[in-house]
Amino acid sequence: MHAPDGFLNAGTAVVTVALSAGTLGVAMRQVKQTVTDRMIPLAGMGAAFVFAAQMFNFPVAAGTTGHLLGGALAAILLGPHLGAIVVTIVVVVQAFLFADGGITAIGYNVLNMAVIPAYGGYAAFSLLRRVLPHNKGGMIGATGLAAWLSVLLSAAAFSIEWLFGATAPVPFSQVFAAMVGVHVLIGVGEAVISSLAVTAVLGSRPDLVHAALDSELGSAGEARVAIRTFVIGGLIATLFITAIVSQFASSDPDGLESVAGSEGFLDSGQEHTLAHSLFADYATTGVANVSMSLAIAGIAGTVTTLLVAWGIVLAVKGKPPHTGGP
Amino acid sequence: MGVGHAHALYVHGHSPVHALAPQVKLAAIVVFVIAVAITPRQEVWAFGLYAVVALMTVALARVPALFVLSRLAAIVPFILFAVFIPFVGTGERIDFLGVLLSREGLWAAWNIIAKATLGATASIVLIATTEVTDMLRGMLALRVPAVMTSIAGFMVRYLELIISELGRMRMAMSSRGYDPRWLSQARPIATGAGALFVRSYERGERIHSAMLSRGFTGVMPTLVETRATPASWVLALAFPVVCLGMAILALVVS
Repeated sequence: MHAPDGFLNAGTAVVTVALSAGTLGVAMRQVKQTVTDRMIPLAGMGAAFVFAAQMFNFPVAAGTTGHLLGGALAAILLGPHLGAIVVTIVVVVQAFLFADGGITAIGYNVLNMAVIPAYGGYAAFSLLRRVLPHNKGGMIGATGLAAWLSVLLSAAAFSIEWLFGATAPVPFSQVFAAMVGVHVLIGVGEAVISSLAVTAVLGSRPDLVHAALDSELGSAGEARVAIRTFVIGGLIATLFITAIVSQFASSDPDGLESVAGSEGFLDSGQEHTLAHSLFADYATTGVANVSMSLAIAGIAGTVTTLLVAWGIVLAVKGKPPHTGGP
Repeated sequence: MGVGHAHALYVHGHSPVHALAPQVKLAAIVVFVIAVAITPRQEVWAFGLYAVVALMTVALARVPALFVLSRLAAIVPFILFAVFIPFVGTGERIDFLGVLLSREGLWAAWNIIAKATLGATASIVLIATTEVTDMLRGMLALRVPAVMTSIAGFMVRYLELIISELGRMRMAMSSRGYDPRWLSQARPIATGAGALFVRSYERGERIHSAMLSRGFTGVMPTLVETRATPASWVLALAFPVVCLGMAILALVVS
């Protein structure tokens, strides 16, 4: 998902830079208050770990491999603020030292790969911790589901940015269906690796798992429950999402952009001549279809934003009382 | 993804581009890439000019063309996506060798391929001619927060160590016959990732105490600042600024 230069339009690039920089400013302030002078070496090593962990190719099926993204894992192990900072550094270093991801694309790359997985994943994790049993198993199940969800959130965020900053006449619904559909599968690998990695850390140094600091974890013998919870929960969620996505994929390319154009979503300053041509082409397509796309875009956008915002609030709130607001 | 060696991207040399101060190079590249990114796609001539500027810089830096091409592999997935667009894109269709393609889609594909290739080429030249420590110094000189550059510095410094640790773990696993083909066989990889995290974190703690014992007070000592002469600023920024000017002109005219 390391998007190159010019993949989304200039407006999207600028807005995402502002969003990412603002969030990271908050994260930086919070981290400085708690981690103090240990922050630089620990964050540095954390970033090196995430970078190396992305080289861990795990098997998917029949010898094909995928690799870890690590946003949710970093947030659960290091805390959401430090996690977001660490993955941001990884993305920035990849752009400036490895030519992986465009320099002008840094705003949306950081937002999609660092800020959203870290805070969204952390919020999902906290939510699941309340639902799942309060033991090691519940924690591992929550990690897996949160990691899976963080990958989906990232894919959904990319599709939504596409809605606003598309540079090609591929409708939102197709991008959304393709991105989320593929990431439903990629996320499973992310979930398995993240949850097992947290299990391993809990086994040897439970004090290093930031998310476990608040709870005293009892016996380790209950992991079976978690795996069952994880499998069932994951299955239900997968079915749900697949149902939505397939609905989407089967409906023909719709006129979302025409609506977006006519309602002024698309930047009128850009050279979006396609808005006109699309409008002409799709003026006759079903209105229900269009409204459904808009609805799904809205729901996906709202869920992502809410989760990320909630993750930030949770993370900020979890600090000593003298902490000032963001 | 950034698979490879931390130093593999630096091409040793003594070209004029190597000699430039890092902050000058960084500024020049960023200006150039912004120019590329904002240029309206129908201004094909502008992209031609950018390509000439980029190729001139590659030649001036004496970076082997094959090296640039091999690093461009990072954008291949997006190129493939771009190639796909004319077939799935909506809008007016045009006949190309018997295949109906979307006119809008063709423009969009051109837009993505041209901008991604130019942007990546510029980044590759920067990386190939600037050592890691210089890059961080350049960022510091351009007022990037010191916390960010310090963390990035630590990351880069220890990256090779951690990656070779990963390599040793992998080798140990293979030598015991581990050759997974299905996701259900992934447990050893995950425990490996967990172990790697613990090792990295503990190493971070040891580094911190070593820093404290050497008198660390919470602020990283400032690195030696690299100075850039006004002449080198002018020299390096001349072409990118011309490009940016043309991009803005094209944006206003179109």
